[in-house]
Formats: sequence, structure tokens, C-alpha cells
Amino acid sequence: MAPAKLRSEAADSDGTGGGPAVEVHELTKVFGGRTAVDAVSFQVARGEVFGFLGPNGAGKTTTVRMLSTLITATAGAATVAGIPVAGVPVGPAQADRLRARISVMPESPGLYKRLTVAENLDFFARLYGLPGRRERIGAALAAVRLTDRADDPCGRLSKGLRQRAALARALLNDPAVMFLDEPTSGLDPAAAHEVLTLIGTLRDRGVTVFLTTHRLDEAEQLCDRVAIMNTSLRRTGRPDELRREVFQRTLAVRTAKPLARPDEVFGGLPGVRDWRAAADPPGYLLTVADPDRAAPGVIRALVTAGADVVSAGESQHTLEDVYLELAGDREAGDRGAGDRGAGA
Amino acid sequence: MTALSVTRTGAVVRRELTDFRRSRFIVATMAIFPLIFLAVPTAAILARNAAAPSPALHREIGISLLYLLLIPVVIPSVTAAYAVVGEREQGTLEPVLATPVRREELLLGKAAAIFLPAVGVAYLMFGLFLALVRLGASAATAAAVWHAPELPGEAVFIPLLAGWAIWVGLAISAKVSDVRVAQQLGLLSSLPPIALVALASFGVLRPTFADAAGLAAALLVIDGVAYQVVSRLFDRERLIVGPGTKGAGT
Repeated sequence: MAPAKLRSEAADSDGTGGGPAVEVHELTKVFGGRTAVDAVSFQVARGEVFGFLGPNGAGKTTTVRMLSTLITATAGAATVAGIPVAGVPVGPAQADRLRARISVMPESPGLYKRLTVAENLDFFARLYGLPGRRERIGAALAAVRLTDRADDPCGRLSKGLRQRAALARALLNDPAVMFLDEPTSGLDPAAAHEVLTLIGTLRDRGVTVFLTTHRLDEAEQLCDRVAIMNTSLRRTGRPDELRREVFQRTLAVRTAKPLARPDEVFGGLPGVRDWRAAADPPGYLLTVADPDRAAPGVIRALVTAGADVVSAGESQHTLEDVYLELAGDREAGDRGAGDRGAGA
Repeated sequence: MTALSVTRTGAVVRRELTDFRRSRFIVATMAIFPLIFLAVPTAAILARNAAAPSPALHREIGISLLYLLLIPVVIPSVTAAYAVVGEREQGTLEPVLATPVRREELLLGKAAAIFLPAVGVAYLMFGLFLALVRLGASAATAAAVWHAPELPGEAVFIPLLAGWAIWVGLAISAKVSDVRVAQQLGLLSSLPPIALVALASFGVLRPTFADAAGLAAALLVIDGVAYQVVSRLFDRERLIVGPGTKGAGT
């Protein structure tokens, strides 16, 4: 069976009945007296790559564990692949049905080091009770380009290859929803790129991917939407939406020398709401409604004031800026630290 | 309740046995300890080499057979103590628990994978002991050993003691969070049978047939109850979050 066909054949029968792949309402987990996840609500559409971002200890892994029935929720409700996993009593048969329809790849690859790659996959294929194990293992190994290492003991594989083997294991049961917990953690850039490329191919198969990470570059590269949490959910949306929601649009200008009276230059310019001096690189950041409309007037004013304009352009906020803003890890005074002036 | 899956339980047994076979530490443990527990009583019997049966010879035979009973206690205790905490430390436990495997299947699979080689080795050493005595001891000593009333008891106690050691080891493994602590506690758990052997060796205890039968029955009950208790300890959340950990990893 061709690997690419595995999911697409089952995509219409993933149990969600066309509804969201993951639906979470007020999900809460308390360990002893400590709240690890506080009333989190979100939805993940079928076939979506959903990034779950947050600092260490934010409750990401705990959320994944609740959604995969590894731990029980203290409160709230959740449905994964159309099967309730919290909010109603979850019997063993129901939990088994869900576990057969999802796969979980924890941060550590979790492979038996004395077993070969193929033996590891065969063990899991048996636990899933999969028919045609040999073909499925072959397809999963081909999907992660690991066929030629099938007989190598996992203990002898590099970290990157182990992650790929773990990804092959996660593909074995042709899951409707895949939970990937920090899949590139500890990998060198080349190995991380390989893993990310493989995850990107999952989207083409129609697999819903729930990706927890604190690597924002990979979230921005891979995810259709992201949720930012720190015990409670701070914001959910597409990365560009979040940037617009969280930050006002900014025009960054650099001049050869500092302006003698910037207030006189920027004050009262049409479309400029506010301005402040930036330190690195030195220049000025102007809060504007529309950078394209405001830029000509700003440059004209600078030239009139005798300034030599080095560059002018919209300041690009990254997902990292959004994350730092929302995750609550940044001091208020650092709000502008992520601003980057684009060259004119 | 849905029936347990033979395929999944068998997969756990098969995986564990493959893993054991490829671990030099486990293979060495399974080879060295039994040989020590075989050598001591065999040497004692061969050294006595009596011309005729005597109460002293019968006592020596009884103690020798007790020595052999340490094999099914000591061998599984270390491997069972590693079974859960070792997997948690390696990071292999979470992917397994995320599959449809039932906790009873996981528990029984792990227990069977430890039980089979431990009991196999114990019976093998028992057989070797009888063979060496037949080959090396005087006819009277060999006859006394081969017709010792403890022999059927030996055969019965080997699996019962192995079961006890496995459940205790697995319980320890599910409850602690450090492999070294688990293995040390596992070794400690084999102390009661060792103490029993020591007391019999020094003549403090002189177990009768009735004592042995009572102990066997008690062990059978204890093994049954222990399975139920350990099964409850194999709760997914407990295994994932870890013992006594109020704040799980997030």
C-alpha cells in the first residue's frame, strides 16, 4: 500500500462526521493543589496542523495527555476524532477505540534501543492489532525514508533518525489525529528540517496534526493555526491574524543622524498615531494605520527637515513577538524588542 | 468487560523476552546467580556422600533444596523491579500506554516474560542438581535425594515463589521513580525467603509437611491478591505522572 494513500482512504471515516477533529471546552487539570491546565477551550479542524505553543510548564503536555486519555481531566469536556475523552465517563472500550484512532509521539522518541527499528514498529503494530503488519511497517518506514535502516538497532541510530523512527511508529495505525510533542527537541538544524518536512507531508494526507512546541519558527512554518497558552489559553488564531491582533502596525525609519526635533517632524503627520525612538537599530518607530499610505508623507517630512533617510519600511513582528507578548514572559518595557525595520 | 487480547499480551511478552535476551546484564544475572545457588547445595551434598541415609543427611537435603528455591526469588526480583520504572526512564512507557493495550495485558505480559525464564532456569537448576547428585554422590545419598519427600514441594514452590517475587517487584517498580531505588528494593524483597533458608540452615526452623502445604496455599492466595493490587497500580495516569508526583510534567 502506498504510504500516501494510508490516511486519504480513511479520511472520510475518521469518526468526526465532518465535525472538528478536536473539540475542547473548559478543560482543566489540577495536580494536588496546582492547576496545570486552566479552563482551556479550542477547536481543531479536520486536516489542520494546529500549533500548541507555550513556555515550559505551560500545560501543553498535560493537555495532550488528557486528549489522548493518558490522564483524566479534572473538569471540562473534550472530544477527539468524534469520541468523547473528557466530560463524560470514559469506559475502557471507548478509550481503546480512541487510542486506535490517534497516535502520540512524545518528546522522547521512546524506542526500545535493543530492538531494531522494524522490531519496534512490529511491537506497536501488534499492540494496535493491525492487519497486514509487514505492509504497514514497510509503508511507514518508506514515508519517513528509513527503509534501509529497518534492521538497525534503535540504540545505534542518531537522534534525528530516532525521531524519524518514532514518526514512523506514529503513522502505523493511520491515525485520524496525531499528537506530536516537541518533535524537533534536541535535534540539529538539518535533522529538525527533515522532521519538519515529514510533518508537512502529513497535511497532504489529511491527517490532523496537533503539534506542541516552543520553537516558534517551526510553528510559523508548519501550522495553519496556533494556540498560545500558559496554564490558561491566551489566544488562538492564524499566525498573521495574531500578529495583527496583538501588535499595531508600525513604520520603522532610519536616518543617517538622529533628528534634532523629532516631535516637530512626526507630530501631526496624517496617518501617524504615535512615535518613539528605537535603539537597535537606531531610528524611529511610528504607529500607523497603514504603512503604505503613511510612508510617503513621513519621508517627505524627513527630507523637508533636512534628514538623510537610510531606510523606511513596515516593522515585521514575528510569531515570537506575539508569543512573548501573550505568554506573559516579557517585561512591559521590552515590548518593542522584537521590532525589526524592513529596508525601504 | 472486554476479554483480554492474546495478541497484545503476547506482543508484550515477545518484546520483553527479546529485550532481555539482548541485555548482557540480564543474561549474566540469569546465569550467575542460579549457578551460585546450584553450586553451594550440590557441593554440600557431594561432600557429605553418606554411606547410608541418616537424619543429618535428610536435613542437608532439605536445606539444599531450600537453597535452590532462592533462584525463583532472586532472578525475577531485579528484572521485575526494573520493568516499569526503567521504561518510564527510557521514555518507552508513554508511547505504549497511548496504544489500545489494556493495563492487565501490559501487566500480564511483563509478568509472564519475567516468570517464564525465571521458572525455566529454576527448574533447570533443580534438574541439574538431581543429575549431579546422581552422577557424583554415593548410591545411598543419591537415593535419599531422589526420594526426598520435599521434591514435589520444590516443584510446586518454584512457580509460587517466582510469582510472589514478580508481583512485589512490579509493585515496587510502579511505585518508585528511580531505577536504582527500585532494584535495591527489589533485592530487599527477596530477603524474607533468604531469611527462611538461613533459619532452616541453623536449625531454628524445622518445617513439617503441613507447614510447607500451608505456606504453599498462603502463597497461592497472596499471588492472586498481589495480581489484583498490582493491576490497580498499573493505572495509566499513575504510571505516566509517576508515584507521589503531584505536579506532572507539562
